[in-house]
Amino acid sequence: MARIELAGIAHSYKPNPSQPSDYALRPMEMTWQDGGAYALLGPSGCGKTTLLNIISGLITPSQGKVLFDGRDVTKLPPEQRNIAQVFQFPVIYDTMTVGENLAFPLKNRGWKTADIERRVAQIAEILELSGELKHRASGLTADAKQKISLGRGLVRPDVAAVLFDEPLTVIDPHLKWLLRRKLKEIHHELKLSLIYVTHDQIEALTFADQVVVMTEGEVVQIGSAQALFEAPEHTFVGYFIGNPGMNLLPCSLRGDGVAINGTNIALPIPAGLSVAEGQLTLGIRPEYVVCSPDQTENALPARVLNARNMGTHWLIEAELGNHRIACKQRALHTVNTGDAVWMKLPAERTLYYLNDKRVA
Amino acid sequence: MNKTLNNKAWWMVLPVILSVAFSAIMPLMTVVNYSVQDILGPDQAVFVGTEWFKEVMRDESLHSAFFRQIWFSLAVLAIEIPLGIGIALCMPAQGWRASLSLVIVSLPLLIPWNVVGTIWQIFGRGDIGLMGKLINDAGISYNYTGDSTDAWLTVLLMDVWHWTPLVVLLCYSGLRAIPEAFYQAAKIDGASRLAVFRFIQLPKMRNVLMIAVLLRFMDSFMIYTEPFVLTGGGPGNATTFLSQYLTQKAVGQFDLGPAAAFSLIYFLIILLLSFVLYNWMQRVGTGDKI
Repeated sequence: MARIELAGIAHSYKPNPSQPSDYALRPMEMTWQDGGAYALLGPSGCGKTTLLNIISGLITPSQGKVLFDGRDVTKLPPEQRNIAQVFQFPVIYDTMTVGENLAFPLKNRGWKTADIERRVAQIAEILELSGELKHRASGLTADAKQKISLGRGLVRPDVAAVLFDEPLTVIDPHLKWLLRRKLKEIHHELKLSLIYVTHDQIEALTFADQVVVMTEGEVVQIGSAQALFEAPEHTFVGYFIGNPGMNLLPCSLRGDGVAINGTNIALPIPAGLSVAEGQLTLGIRPEYVVCSPDQTENALPARVLNARNMGTHWLIEAELGNHRIACKQRALHTVNTGDAVWMKLPAERTLYYLNDKRVA
Repeated sequence: MNKTLNNKAWWMVLPVILSVAFSAIMPLMTVVNYSVQDILGPDQAVFVGTEWFKEVMRDESLHSAFFRQIWFSLAVLAIEIPLGIGIALCMPAQGWRASLSLVIVSLPLLIPWNVVGTIWQIFGRGDIGLMGKLINDAGISYNYTGDSTDAWLTVLLMDVWHWTPLVVLLCYSGLRAIPEAFYQAAKIDGASRLAVFRFIQLPKMRNVLMIAVLLRFMDSFMIYTEPFVLTGGGPGNATTFLSQYLTQKAVGQFDLGPAAAFSLIYFLIILLLSFVLYNWMQRVGTGDKI
């Protein structure tokens, strides 16, 4: 058990990084609370795995320190860090049985045979692998293999955190749910810190208490599923989370409201913002946009590009001048491509971004 | 579902049957033909049954050539396989160093067999050869044309030089196919370098090693050109291996009957040993009963 702190961590795979784009991971400060379930969410190549490997010690960061409970472990090799890591593809030792696989980390640490057996039996119980201990690991299915890789981490009683690097990629969809639930159970039972890397937002949002969203080597927001949905701190979080993502419309402030695409609509100007800000970006979730076939006050005229009845709701994509706007709502009379519609943006649901960062 | 019986499909197999017939079955049958007859002249042949087989099997010089051959092949495997694995483990994984080392390692494989023999013939000479001269200057008497142990060791060394690269290349390809995650997981599990080799690298190299062992076994069991050029089978019979023995019979003494009989026996021995070796390797290390 440990609180993991990253102090001024940055990493570059190039020898002499000079500009921000040279960094796989830009300088960051971060703390992972003991016993938390975190998900690291971001598109491929955003630095998630690099961050994970820095925590486990497989990579030594170019700068900054890694602290476990205040102890500097930056220079320590992975085996001395009390970290378990599960990889995208199951790693098992083919020539060993399931039991030997689970015992391997303990054997390497010089445990006594009797102690090893007791501990392996305990972990096999938790993972529901007890019946397989004597079986050869190489013949098992991908999900059982992934459980063994997890077990090799859990078997060490001193383990502080378990890191997962997209562990369910190669697992069948119906087994994914079972395995994910198993992970949550283990989290509750053993009170371990879990850090789970994924590019699947559903996986991240259902698994973790706190989701860390990353893009281009930077952490842009840490928060609960609700916070990420309702108050994205960064435009990236807005359009990456949600399906479809947040509508982001360039706008400018006027004395009496907001101008989008030349149309003035009366929206209260948020506190702390003034007309002088110039070009801002307005963000609103498709779920909150109200689309109506009749002209209403303070609505933006748009032309439907695509409207689909998704069973539970309508999904309408419309053209707003040069921009696109998506709307997701339950009730709507049938609309067809090319129809003129009016889009209303409720003031309490609109957010404002300046240079991708939320300002109001 | 009823399938229509259509025997015309057999015509599709005909090209294969023909090519196999001409390339393998017919030549083999010629040998079988010779092995049961005594050819006295172009138009005179007497059927002798299994006489040639019995004669060959009783031949003392064949027995010694056979054991010489077995020892040679075992020595080749015992040296080339571990050496090949060792070199492959030391080679860089990527970058220009990897390409360079691959080219250097593969060079011996590009040299024709008889050129290899010639190279070593000169290399080992006591008067002008680099190796022979150096060994003799160091105070060790070395003469591969006169001393049978020296000759045998030189042929072995030559084979190791010529063919270890093949083992290296196979092992290298096996090693490169191991995903990085295995090494990372081993690091986290606290595995020692030896454990990484024993539990990750060796099992993952299993299949390529099986090919390497089989190829090197069959090849060394049939070795002919290099010792022929280097020592001509001598001194005495010290480096007369089975192929050499066969050639002496067939071409030297023109005993076509015994030579044909022995060819068949030779073929069956290689087939049998390879079969046994393959089946053993299929099971070893998988935990199945051997």
